[in-house]
Amino acid sequence: MLRAQSSEWAVEAADLVKDFGDTRAVDGVSLGVPTGSIYGLLGPNGAGKTTTLRILLGIIDPSSGTRSVLGHQRPLEAAPEIGYLPEERGLYPAMHCRDAIAFMGALRGLPIAEGRGRADELLAEHGLGDWAKKPIRTLSKGMAQTVQLLGTIVHRPRLLVLDEPFAGLDAINQARLEELIRREARGGVTIIFSTHVIAHAERLCERIAIIAKGKVAFEGAVDEARAKLRPIVRLRTRTEDGAWRSAIPADARREGKDWIFELPQSGPEPLLKALIDGAAGIETLAIERPGLHDAFVAIAGDKAAAQMIEGAVK
Amino acid sequence: MTRLLRSAWVVGRRDFTATVLSKAFIFFLIGPLFPVLLGAMFGGIGARVANQAERPRVAVIASQADFARLAAAREQLGEAMGDRPVAELVGVPPQADIDSQVRELLASKHHSVVAVMSGGFESPHLTGAIDKDGSVAGQMRMLLSAARAPSKPVEVTTTSRSSGSVDRTRAITAQMGQMILFFLTIILAGMTLSQLIEEKSNKVIEVLAAAVPIESIFLGKLFAMLATSLVGIAVWLTAGIAALSMFTHGGAGAIAQPAVGSAAFLILTLIYFAMNYLLLGSVFLSIGAQASTVREVQTLSMPVTVAQVLIFGFAALAVGSPDSPVAIAGAVIPLSSPLVMVARAAEKPELWPHLVAILWQALWIAIVVTVSARLFRRTVLKSGPVKRRWWKRASA
Repeated sequence: MLRAQSSEWAVEAADLVKDFGDTRAVDGVSLGVPTGSIYGLLGPNGAGKTTTLRILLGIIDPSSGTRSVLGHQRPLEAAPEIGYLPEERGLYPAMHCRDAIAFMGALRGLPIAEGRGRADELLAEHGLGDWAKKPIRTLSKGMAQTVQLLGTIVHRPRLLVLDEPFAGLDAINQARLEELIRREARGGVTIIFSTHVIAHAERLCERIAIIAKGKVAFEGAVDEARAKLRPIVRLRTRTEDGAWRSAIPADARREGKDWIFELPQSGPEPLLKALIDGAAGIETLAIERPGLHDAFVAIAGDKAAAQMIEGAVK
Repeated sequence: MTRLLRSAWVVGRRDFTATVLSKAFIFFLIGPLFPVLLGAMFGGIGARVANQAERPRVAVIASQADFARLAAAREQLGEAMGDRPVAELVGVPPQADIDSQVRELLASKHHSVVAVMSGGFESPHLTGAIDKDGSVAGQMRMLLSAARAPSKPVEVTTTSRSSGSVDRTRAITAQMGQMILFFLTIILAGMTLSQLIEEKSNKVIEVLAAAVPIESIFLGKLFAMLATSLVGIAVWLTAGIAALSMFTHGGAGAIAQPAVGSAAFLILTLIYFAMNYLLLGSVFLSIGAQASTVREVQTLSMPVTVAQVLIFGFAALAVGSPDSPVAIAGAVIPLSSPLVMVARAAEKPELWPHLVAILWQALWIAIVVTVSARLFRRTVLKSGPVKRRWWKRASA
């Protein structure tokens, strides 16, 4: 069931299921995207991220389950307030850049003349002012992607849905896109994006959903995901052996001269005391907060993590 | 509803401007010129060749005076027959042995005749490889009769038209109307289909589907192509009227007025064209939604195209007999109804059957568009080979 309708949640979904013939692409997905937040959908290729986004946007209907987008049970009713960048970018090659942006705005209810004016402003802001009256087919892939992205924000949406927005962009354009996402979020726009690159989610998101094989393996704040793992202790000692060894877990692993292990439940103080009493000769001791990648591995499993890395490399 | 129409307008406006402002549209506009030019060129050559091949040559063994009378009669017959071939006459002075002269003439490659007439006006006799009651024998009898006793010239008073001439020209108008409707619809439905496939391959369809109802995309595309075709028709009509004014005496007025009147005929033709296009275009769009590649489109649209050709042939039977059972059946069957009714507009003056037919066709358009739009919605975002999907469905 959906939570009570309120402006607190920009998007809510409960028990979404989508079957394509014999294949279950989405299997009971439930999630909530707080208004004004940056929300990441993480998962390897084929996990069901795009299908989930398509259901949330009303492009396809779920086989079962409910959804609410900006308070609308039928997402298309909220279309004028949504911007969407699909995974497979689509633009008319013969269309001029400003017309393409204005057209995407017009689809969302922005008058075409106003859209052209906004398009000129946005193109100039993003260093594409000289390309306003040039056809899309003359642009580089990165530039075309920028034009499409501008088309998703031209009508000043309240909700921005970006499916794999970083795919195909070089490092500079990825950084620009991250900045654009942050800027939109600062302006109060709710942003959902899917990615299989954990680093982007870690840098940008407040909340995430980890999807694997069509199911939500985790949904909540990034800190909550990290909290699934205990902090990691990185210890270097002057002595190789001694009584202090009983203070560290048996499954501690070596990385060069360092011992790596999870911080025991009892906390850092008893550990520190045991090491000192055991004459470990502490050279360095660091307690590290686990990264989102570690949390992802712990939540979704090694195989899903390996698929994510493979997808990111591709 | 407002949103549906507004969205359809946005999609349609884009499609319309993209098509009309493209270079391909110029080819679309001048497209009909090629068949007309080719038809005129090959038709002229063919007619000349046929005329020459079909015009038999007859040698006439007669005195110079008799041959002159016969030649004058032949001249008159030739004028009366217009383009139809009339036997060509070759005058040969009589020799002593007529029989051997006849044999020589028939064998002569120089004269190359099909028959030889001998015996003069008193006892004419035709010898040659011809039928006794065939065209050549018949023509020679008429020529002899006219040459023996030339009739007084007939006084002629010309009226603008008669019932017989009007019926014939109206039947031609009906046929032309059907042909224009048929070819234009087939071309446009194909163009709509190509655009959809291009859009699917460009992945623009998902951008559209996320922003507007799928039905809006369907309606926008359908009506954009209709508007495009109306631009084309307007250009062709203007060019046609201009050409008639330049090359015919009396300009557009030289064409026989259709039974319902020129203005009503024009309006009805446009309405029936729109009806025919909307019916066929909807079917083609729903086919396009199922296909991912041009090859799949060709495979899937082939049965519809063949069916449409058969329907065109069926509708053509109604020309010349607008009240026949075939014509009534054709008017009732939705896909042939516009074709049959445009022919009727050329041949019969009553307007009420058109009102009934338009309402009937509109009902069918509503049904076909609704069903097609639903099918379009279900399948347009799917990709992958169609056969596999069908096979999978069948085996599920």
